[in-house]
Amino acid sequence: MNASALHAKDRNAPSQSLLSVHGLVKHFPVKKGLFASKAVVRAVDGIDFDVLEGETLGVVGESGCGKSTTARLVLDLISPDGGEIVFDGERVGAGLGLREFRRQAQMVFQDSYSSLNPRLTVEASIAFGPQVHGVPRHEAIGRARDLLARVGLDPRRFAERYPHELSGGQRQRVNIARALALQPRLIILDEAVSALDKSVEAQVLNLLLDLKEEFGLTYIFISHDLNVVRFISDRVMVMYLGKVAELGTVEEVFERPRHPYTAALLASMPSLDPDRRTQEAPLSGDPPNPINPPPGCRFHTRCAFAEEICARKEPALYDAGGPHRAACLMVPPNSGHSRAPKVHEEEA
Amino acid sequence: MASLAEGSSLTAARTPTAGYWTGVWRRLRRDPVAIGAGLVLLLILLTAVLAPYIAPKDPYAGMTLRRLRPFGTPGYPLGSDELGRDMLSRLIFGARLSLFMGVTPVIIAFFLGSGIGIFAGYVGGRVNTLIMRTIDVFYAFPSVLLAVALSGALGAGFGNALLSLTVVFIPPIARVAEAVTTQVRSRDFVEAARASGARALTIVRVHILGNVLGPIFVYATSLISVSMILASGLSFLGLGVRPPEPEWGLMLNTLRTAIYVQPWVAALPGVMIFITSLSFNLFSDGLRSAMDVKQ
Amino acid sequence: MTTPIVSIRNLKVAFAGGAVRAVDGVDLDLGRGEAVALIGESGSGKSVTLRSLMRLNPERRTRVEGSITVDGRDVLAMSARELADFRGAVVSMIFQEPLLALDPVYTVGQQIVEAIRRHERVSRAAARERALDLFRRVRIPSPERRLDAYPHELSGGMRQRAMIALALACRPKLLLADEPTTALDATVQIQILLLLRELQRDLGLSIIFVTHDIGAAVEVADRILVMYAGRIVEEGTARDLIRAPRHPYTIGLLKSRAHGALAKGARLEAIPGAPPDLANLPPGCSFAPRCPLAIEPCRADRPPLVAVKESQRARCIRTEAAATLAPQLEPTG
Ligand SMILES: Nc1ncnc2c1ncn2[C@@H]1O[C@H](COP(=O)(O)OP(=O)(O)OP(=O)(O)O)[C@@H](O)[C@H]1O
Ligand SMILES: Nc1ncnc2c1ncn2[C@@H]1O[C@H](COP(=O)(O)OP(=O)(O)OP(=O)(O)O)[C@@H](O)[C@H]1O
Ligand code: SF4
Ligand SMILES: [Mg+2]
Ligand SMILES: [Mg+2]
Repeated sequence: MNASALHAKDRNAPSQSLLSVHGLVKHFPVKKGLFASKAVVRAVDGIDFDVLEGETLGVVGESGCGKSTTARLVLDLISPDGGEIVFDGERVGAGLGLREFRRQAQMVFQDSYSSLNPRLTVEASIAFGPQVHGVPRHEAIGRARDLLARVGLDPRRFAERYPHELSGGQRQRVNIARALALQPRLIILDEAVSALDKSVEAQVLNLLLDLKEEFGLTYIFISHDLNVVRFISDRVMVMYLGKVAELGTVEEVFERPRHPYTAALLASMPSLDPDRRTQEAPLSGDPPNPINPPPGCRFHTRCAFAEEICARKEPALYDAGGPHRAACLMVPPNSGHSRAPKVHEEEA
Repeated sequence: MASLAEGSSLTAARTPTAGYWTGVWRRLRRDPVAIGAGLVLLLILLTAVLAPYIAPKDPYAGMTLRRLRPFGTPGYPLGSDELGRDMLSRLIFGARLSLFMGVTPVIIAFFLGSGIGIFAGYVGGRVNTLIMRTIDVFYAFPSVLLAVALSGALGAGFGNALLSLTVVFIPPIARVAEAVTTQVRSRDFVEAARASGARALTIVRVHILGNVLGPIFVYATSLISVSMILASGLSFLGLGVRPPEPEWGLMLNTLRTAIYVQPWVAALPGVMIFITSLSFNLFSDGLRSAMDVKQ
Repeated sequence: MTTPIVSIRNLKVAFAGGAVRAVDGVDLDLGRGEAVALIGESGSGKSVTLRSLMRLNPERRTRVEGSITVDGRDVLAMSARELADFRGAVVSMIFQEPLLALDPVYTVGQQIVEAIRRHERVSRAAARERALDLFRRVRIPSPERRLDAYPHELSGGMRQRAMIALALACRPKLLLADEPTTALDATVQIQILLLLRELQRDLGLSIIFVTHDIGAAVEVADRILVMYAGRIVEEGTARDLIRAPRHPYTIGLLKSRAHGALAKGARLEAIPGAPPDLANLPPGCSFAPRCPLAIEPCRADRPPLVAVKESQRARCIRTEAAATLAPQLEPTG
């Protein structure tokens, strides 16, 4: 793809794609027995999505569906088996150098302890990134202290502490400060609040919102907590077994889910009303193994609407009205599924 | 900006501690066994350094008439050896060579083995497999056998003994180094450093070394006792230090014949080897648990 | 109501020579066939309380005070032998991570058969028959085949079901569940929650369910107990607790939840501060440093459990003021 000059000029225009991902694929080889066949985990199996400048894209899906792998592919921490990533109109690795890209896109991980070097003080950890990019040490430390204050940790008390001297919530604030240190435009938050206590989680979510406004950030927010995703995201991407099942604005996806998996996922949220407890599990069984995903629609083994065609024909992401897209055969007209809209040739 | 105010009121003021190593030292101080072992080692080291000043007699000068005297003989508090040399003086001087033979190979192997292991661990993949499988070939031999075989092949002598011991210790240290590096490398902070665009060498210097050198060092300390015993063994077999140098292993060998005449005197070098290697082991155990942050 | 199956009085559990007061005066009654949930943040003492019921805390390093009666028997006075008979047959437990709780070298079927034969004199075949029944009971598909599977061959949800089957092997009266669904996916979590409810209903099982997710608690439990820093700060029926919480911590917890009804860009009403250090608990109410209603007496003395209703009690001296803070229950979704 050409990184055209037009794109470059268009920077910062509202609702322009900051990040576009096309046909991203990652297959991990797995050892299976002695006669090692070439089995692979299809962790990410051809996904496309855009992240608009200034928005928060929530990513949900069951464990092992490829959320973290997608994040690491986007940041080029692992090399993809296929696909391309365009950041701000320039192709990463071609138009845009990897080092420069990495300054502009940062990540916060779930495990706040493992993401900090236990031998470095908090300020040294935060200052590391800028130093790598040539900022002199004392300046980097100064900036680190400012950022600590910004994420709500008094630098006089916390800057010289070591990670094990902080609580989980404080450590996660440090990780956020570190991600901010390079003044990135995109931050990927991979289950960044999942390990925190509920009472601390709310504080960190508020902080993320404040920072986003102040620095004009764009977030990719990965989480399995649907309530939190609904709260923080503008748009949501639902993944199932390495594929995108549904993609749309939060309101659309949460209120009018078009993919049966999304609907089941939403219905699986425990109700907070003692008088309306869930009576029946929306889905039975566990997600299938990503080593040998089912043919056709990957969800057909668990889907209540599955028909014979679902096992044969793989649904592509199809427009379900506006920017709302779903990969289900019930969405595109005349797909062969009995619930698909019927459109006559003349009308179409 | 609610979060700012909240953050500042988090947890009561706790004085920032002076750092990791201060913590290690604080925990180590509370471990009487490790401190005891450390003191014994310090004593032996002092003895070795100050040997010329504290040894009552010349360790090389013997008197055939005073051979194999028992403990408490006037002028020979710990008896005398098969050539009539003062045991006490020889043991004191022996500390020099024995310590040197025990520590030097481990230090050299520590640098080389760590280098190999950290490299293999950080690079990973095929390179790692290649390096580590090669190392495993050496590791497969029992260390005694390997040391003896190498010394035998290189020829007897002090330098060759050191060399062969060094070669013996490189594989185990490299393996430990590779294992810790692989483990540290998989932690998210290394991933985060990569995500900030740092180059491999910077990551190794800032993020890997600090986290792996400690555990490798502890492991290496525990090898010193093995090294001392192996060095003594080489000398015992005539492959290491040559007579008349005082070295505990060699002394044990030459006094072997006296075991029925003066068993206590003949056992003394062995006792010294035992005490020293035990102290090294206990000290490294203490160090290991003191370095464990989650205490 | 007959005698409760569990009755805990003023339980105190301390570690590290008394420095860490993990559980600090807990009272708990559980009726037969009742399911209660214990909720609270990490480190609030939920697991320690649960483990005390089976005396699973490391005996040497633990100081226990108070009394624990289960099914009419004094747990703290049991001999090692009595304890071995008691565990599994009267009370059994399931954990967050079944892979750690199941033995990797035996098939799940073998483990259930062994568990049955440890407590009862039945033939291997009869025990296996019972294992098969249990597998059907917990809804494991193709149960015959799955009995011969090793734990690592099962998926996460299946493993948790197998562990529940193992826990039920000796027909216990009380099931302790320590965050059994935390590691599971949403679609699998709800299946397990419903299974627990079904077991309670069909087998008359009493359940203590530990979780940090209020939603999961509401799905399973009739009554909810909220723990904070080793104490139960509020207890009541699920309905009262959600609709009319009276302890500022419970209120804060409910209000800080992200939910669908929030406007875009709005902030959450977070509870300020962080949970206290158990080795340095404040003298009065342990929530006082974070509480918007705290007044001097809160910081001075440990507040008593105040009855707000017949079935609802809160450890707070300002329950009336707290009533005005209580959130409106918004539609879920
Ligand atoms: N380095 C790797 N080698 C082999 N397989 C991997 C590797 N990393 C991930 N996988 C596999 O790829 C699939 C997707 O993993 P990924 O971590 O992206 O899932 P996820 O959606 O982030 O799940 P979770 O919610 O549990 O974090 C899983 O089946 C996982 O086992
Ligand atoms: N064996 C032990 N020795 C020392 N301290 C312990 C031990 N077991 C638990 N603790 C401490 O007791 C406190 C309460 O722990 P507990 O496991 O009950 O918390 P919890 O409420 O179950 O939290 P989580 O939600 O994280 O499981 C914690 O501070 C913990 O560190
Ligand atoms: S394509 Fe078929 S199986 Fe897949 S979600 Fe739609 S209806 Fe269900
Ligand atoms: Mg993940
Ligand atoms: Mg617990």
